[in-house]
Amino acid sequence: MLAYTVRRLLMLIPVLFGMTLIVFFMIRAIPGDPAQVILGQQATEEAIKSLTKQLGLDQPWYLQYVDYIKNLFTGDLGTSLRTSSDISGEIWPYLAATLELSLVAMVIAIFIGVNAGIISAWFQNSWFDYTAMVLALVGVSMPVFWLGLMEQWAFSLELGWLPSTGRENVRNPVEAITHLYLIDTLIQGRMDQFVEVIKHLILPGIALGTIPMAIIARMTRSSMLEVMRSDFVRTARAKGTGMFWVVYKHSLKNAFIPVLTVIGLQMGLLLGGAILTETIFGWPGIGRYIYDAINFRDYPVIQSGILIVAIIFVFINLIVDLLYAAIDPRIKYN
Amino acid sequence: MKKTIYSLVFVLLLSIGLAGCGGSNETNGNGGGDSEGGEASGGTLIFGRGGDSVSLDPASVTDGESFKVTKNIFDTLLDYGDDNTDVQEALAKDWEVSEDGKTYTFTLREGVKFHDGTDFNADAVVYNFERWMNGTEEAFYYYKSMFGGFKGDEGHVIESVTATDDYTVEFKLKRPQAPFLKNIAMSPFAIASPDALEKQGDKFGENPVGTGPFVFDQWSRNDKIVLNKNEDYWMEGYPKLDSVIFRAIPDNSARLNALMAGEIDLMDGLNPSDVQQVEDNPDLQTFFRPSMNVGYLGLTTNRGPLKDKLVRQALNHAVDKQALIDSFYAGQAEPAKNPMPPVIGGYNDEIEPYEYDVEKAKELLKEAGYEDGFEMELWAMPVPRPYMPDGQKVAEVLQKNFAEIGVKAEIKSYEWATYLEKARNGEADSFLLGWTGDNGDADNFLYVLLDQDNIGSNNYTYYENQELHDILIEAQSTPDEEERNKLYAEAQEIIHEDAPWIPLVHSKPALGGKSSIEGFTPHPTGSDKLTKVTIE
Repeated sequence: MLAYTVRRLLMLIPVLFGMTLIVFFMIRAIPGDPAQVILGQQATEEAIKSLTKQLGLDQPWYLQYVDYIKNLFTGDLGTSLRTSSDISGEIWPYLAATLELSLVAMVIAIFIGVNAGIISAWFQNSWFDYTAMVLALVGVSMPVFWLGLMEQWAFSLELGWLPSTGRENVRNPVEAITHLYLIDTLIQGRMDQFVEVIKHLILPGIALGTIPMAIIARMTRSSMLEVMRSDFVRTARAKGTGMFWVVYKHSLKNAFIPVLTVIGLQMGLLLGGAILTETIFGWPGIGRYIYDAINFRDYPVIQSGILIVAIIFVFINLIVDLLYAAIDPRIKYN
Repeated sequence: MKKTIYSLVFVLLLSIGLAGCGGSNETNGNGGGDSEGGEASGGTLIFGRGGDSVSLDPASVTDGESFKVTKNIFDTLLDYGDDNTDVQEALAKDWEVSEDGKTYTFTLREGVKFHDGTDFNADAVVYNFERWMNGTEEAFYYYKSMFGGFKGDEGHVIESVTATDDYTVEFKLKRPQAPFLKNIAMSPFAIASPDALEKQGDKFGENPVGTGPFVFDQWSRNDKIVLNKNEDYWMEGYPKLDSVIFRAIPDNSARLNALMAGEIDLMDGLNPSDVQQVEDNPDLQTFFRPSMNVGYLGLTTNRGPLKDKLVRQALNHAVDKQALIDSFYAGQAEPAKNPMPPVIGGYNDEIEPYEYDVEKAKELLKEAGYEDGFEMELWAMPVPRPYMPDGQKVAEVLQKNFAEIGVKAEIKSYEWATYLEKARNGEADSFLLGWTGDNGDADNFLYVLLDQDNIGSNNYTYYENQELHDILIEAQSTPDEEERNKLYAEAQEIIHEDAPWIPLVHSKPALGGKSSIEGFTPHPTGSDKLTKVTIE
């Protein structure tokens, strides 16, 4: 197990290295000159030239790349071209905002998705099953920005239940310590703000969690159906064991492996879905950070932002793989 | 079965979330009003906008989102009028210009303090100008663009800035510069605390210190910037608000939702199509920014049939501007006939616009030898701007207009950065674009956008006219306003005749706010000083 983990970690190095290479050259292949974008429409020819030089963008690409990698090894993610701020120093608040949102989205998605999938499987071909699967289909195909705006309209404007934008009530702001506001409010013992923060998380959490929720529901359902046809479940049901026990004690563990795979992949994909959600809900996360950087051709921010996201993605995958073994003792990693 | 119901209930509970915790308490306008002192609370104003600031050091930025904030932290020597670009006193309470237009003497306001408690005086002004003069274009873009360069540069207009006593500053110029006072009033030339500049160094943009109506408190990027009342502001009885919070909410519709839900009090970037909705809401009101912009279709003068002046005039006659305004600007714009809006001094109102006249257009095409029309590309802006809320749709209407005279326009669009780069390189036949003025001066429109000096920079149409060039250069150093306006009137005639553009509209960008907001006057420059604003 340990050997496997170490091997997997070592394998990450070439993967991430390859990724930096691809991203580095891909973003430079897009037309659009960072100096021009930074200086705006008003820029003169000389200004653009001298800024390009100052930013080191006049160097050959391979030299720029070597510099970038060298800096990475010293933990330096580079400097934003646009704001001249040090990326290592400013990236955490963005990342924290997205992690908090993704986690909530995932909790919603897993909780509802898995349970809806189980019920659908158990009452196969019932009205619940049909409704849930139609909803899942709708959920997968619904554009996130439309869903987000509809949520705002329904829950903030019409019902006035939940706030529509931001992470907190800014009239009564949270003091950021870890930048994970759920934790920050608890540390400071501010329960009123803790509730506010949760309220701010719900709508974007649902918007971001809808697609994974639908996928997880369908996966759970098909996986459960398969398990429920197996002998041991039939035996259990024949013995008159209640549904709850059959599902949660006997079947779920066996049905969970493919679901886990989906959860792992979706978790990684959330970071992409976050761009739209963060834009609609005015959420200061890493999706928007990278998206803005792409618009401004802020190369270092794009490179390092994507790198960080990729690292998280591969780690989630590793954790998922290790969880297989924990769930199913037949799976061995040697 | 029971368990099924349990899990169903669970699912439901979770999806409704904690809605049961009662309504959101963000809807009261005075929340968090822990105001110090015994005075009545002036409340908090939350201003929602489309993006975050880049930096809060106004000298080093070029983006409007930064100036919107710095304008409230800093003061300039002179300021613009509340809703126009006439100069008036600010940190300087008086100024004199010498006969030859080369010496400006400013008398400064006394007893003003920076937010860090240090004194504002003549030395502070000199310090700031010295900082910019010894800078580089990358660091202080606007300084170069307005004053022609830096120390030692040929084009640099300022010879020296000296403190003749504690509260008098003398500017000596190498040659007269007509818009000098208007430039001095621009946001980038705000006076910062020398002490803080020394202490903060590179970090000044994150910890700005000025003399303005509001003091910087905190900034969490892409989220919010908080400013608090400057209790010692030099303007007696102002500012009224306890604090101002700028929030970044990128999506226009989402920002409107936040306004209607009471999470923000004021927003800019209101879609023209949403204006009616805000006006119909008794709790809200609309504001319209006086127009200092122009939206246009550039006709690249060195490409194909567009080389011919007659063809460009024909295209001008083919466009129904009023229809565009009714459809895409909610009527909140006026049709353009010149490259600059009427609010700018020197606007030539004698110009006869190219009437919408399909027959006339066809005749001109025939005269030019294109009786059967021709094909060209029409580029549509991919991003909304105040002067062009929906480039794609405007392009479609223009396409239809042109089709009526036999000109087949193929609509193309690129991502914004690419669009600008390609247009700058002259790769577009025709392209939609626009401009918002910096300092309210004609030079900032005509010379910047249409002079041959700016081909490869902001003159994307590659339009060249020596006669025009001579007039524009002469106007730059003509201190006499009347004389200058004559020159600009002439310049607009030449441009009208040569028709390098189809000037489309001067739009009045819309803002929405709570109906209890008073004293808010949107400024033509696009950044608003919130000194006089109150909110219930």
